[in-house]
Amino acid sequence: MDTVLKVRDLAVDFKTDLGLTHALVDVGFDMPRGKVTAIVGESGSGKSVTANCIMRIIQPPGRIVGGTIDFAPQGMDPFEIVSLGKRDPRLKELRGGLISMVFQEPMTALSPVYTVGNQVAEAILCHRKVGRKQAWQEAAEMLERVGIDDIDRRIRMYPFEFSGGMRQRVVIAMALVCHPEILICDEPTTALDVTIQAEILTLIRDLQQELGNSVLFITHDIGVVAQLADQVVVMYQGRVLEIGTVRQVLKDPVHPYTKGLLAAIPGLAPKGEPLATIATVVGDTDITRPYPLVTLRDGRQVSLPRDQLQGAVG
Amino acid sequence: MNETPANGKLLEVEGLSKYFDGVPAVEDVSFDVQRSETLGIVGESGSGKTTLVRAILRAIDPDQGVVRFNSAGGWVELQDMTAKELIPLRREMQMIFQDPFASLNPRMTVREIIEEPLIIHRVGDSSERIDAVRDMLAHVQLEEDSLTRYPHAFSGGQRQRIGIARALILRPNLVVCDESVSALDVSVQAQIINLLEDLQSQLGLTYLFVAHDLSVVQHICDRVLVMHRGRVVETGNVDDIFDNPQEDYTRLLLSAVPSPDPDVPLKPLDRRELGL
Repeated sequence: MDTVLKVRDLAVDFKTDLGLTHALVDVGFDMPRGKVTAIVGESGSGKSVTANCIMRIIQPPGRIVGGTIDFAPQGMDPFEIVSLGKRDPRLKELRGGLISMVFQEPMTALSPVYTVGNQVAEAILCHRKVGRKQAWQEAAEMLERVGIDDIDRRIRMYPFEFSGGMRQRVVIAMALVCHPEILICDEPTTALDVTIQAEILTLIRDLQQELGNSVLFITHDIGVVAQLADQVVVMYQGRVLEIGTVRQVLKDPVHPYTKGLLAAIPGLAPKGEPLATIATVVGDTDITRPYPLVTLRDGRQVSLPRDQLQGAVG
Repeated sequence: MNETPANGKLLEVEGLSKYFDGVPAVEDVSFDVQRSETLGIVGESGSGKTTLVRAILRAIDPDQGVVRFNSAGGWVELQDMTAKELIPLRREMQMIFQDPFASLNPRMTVREIIEEPLIIHRVGDSSERIDAVRDMLAHVQLEEDSLTRYPHAFSGGQRQRIGIARALILRPNLVVCDESVSALDVSVQAQIINLLEDLQSQLGLTYLFVAHDLSVVQHICDRVLVMHRGRVVETGNVDDIFDNPQEDYTRLLLSAVPSPDPDVPLKPLDRRELGL
């Protein structure tokens, strides 16, 4: 398998007044090139912290205390991200150039005082040696590609003149305009209406197939995972519990936590019966204790105590 | 059908409209609510869901229309009542909010938060009130030692339980849940949905359930009202509407829900093609 990103034993601590919090504990997964990898988990599971590690934007009091992230961009020598020095030119290239990010709230990613055209063009000028005129033209092309019509007028408008869905389209244009190797989407549709979410998900899916880049998609929504992901990483309390293809994880989960997560979705439960909660599904398995990830015969990986692992393998 | 306390109508809304600066937020909305049912109100943001329920509860004043409420003292029309006349009726109509972090006063203990409605409505003496608070705490499955603690000491799900206890302490008939489970993680959401359903059958509550998450609505609601641009476009039994929507807007909304089954691909309808 051609792997674009290899995360191994990644550990992040947050030092707070209440003591040390282990936000990530030995997180490891591979991202296949040209595919969509989804990280799914509840709040506090470490999904966003993982993404921020890849971009090297962990803010104090958080700190990466161990592990490696091997990155193999096409047409470039592979390098390791965690050990990059603060002044390493590859760090600047990484952020927004080789890897770019789309966040949940588009207004925090956009400046209110520049036109959308200006902001998309700026992303080009930051990372590539092109003139202003060409940057502007490429910005216009990218904005059209993400579905902004009437471009000659709209490119001169400000983010506040756009709806939430249109703003997110602008952020996606900004993220893709430098042809990144990896696009990281951190809950990009959570703040949007379901109808707009469907449009944005379709857009991300179509662009990914068209441009062939790899996507790391972070979400808590199983429906979004099902529609977009090729591979799924399930996280809980800073650890990876299960990795597999989207069908393995969603249709035939092995880990009791994954089973619980799926059982708690209201749409799948029979009406009139109480919803399953994760606690009832997980039962006696102590999911707060770390177990090493073990690869099963069908290729998926799970973190379970030895005795339950045998049951899972069958 | 005869009207008995156990069934019959609790609320009648007729031609309700509310304008903001001349722009209609809710326009000509009419519907009935039966006792002990859960009526879902769905629609996109800006469709008027929250304005509608706020106008019904007189948290804002409607501009046109009639809201009839079957109170303990018989049928009343809420839309023209003065604030003073509404006070006794507020005991019978309560609201559970979306954000469990914003809706609780951080400087009050859990006991003070849950007890406050009883004090405002002058219910019981101090010892009766604390008994009622303890009883309600058990209903929402919180530990008794929660009483002396402050909201910051609780998780989102636990805070939502405190908000539910505050809403139910006066034993209302009509409870408006405005996106009450939207801010919660899926496992916590499942617990709160189960709690709301248990409380409904224990206390005979009637819910107006405002939500944008259609799978939650499908699970919890008996009937549903679909809103678009301030108007009701479709109403009916929740399973009928989800299985066999009659209106284009309802179809658009349902087609946009991503299925948790990877073999059921997302095929959202196009708003422009439908002319919406």
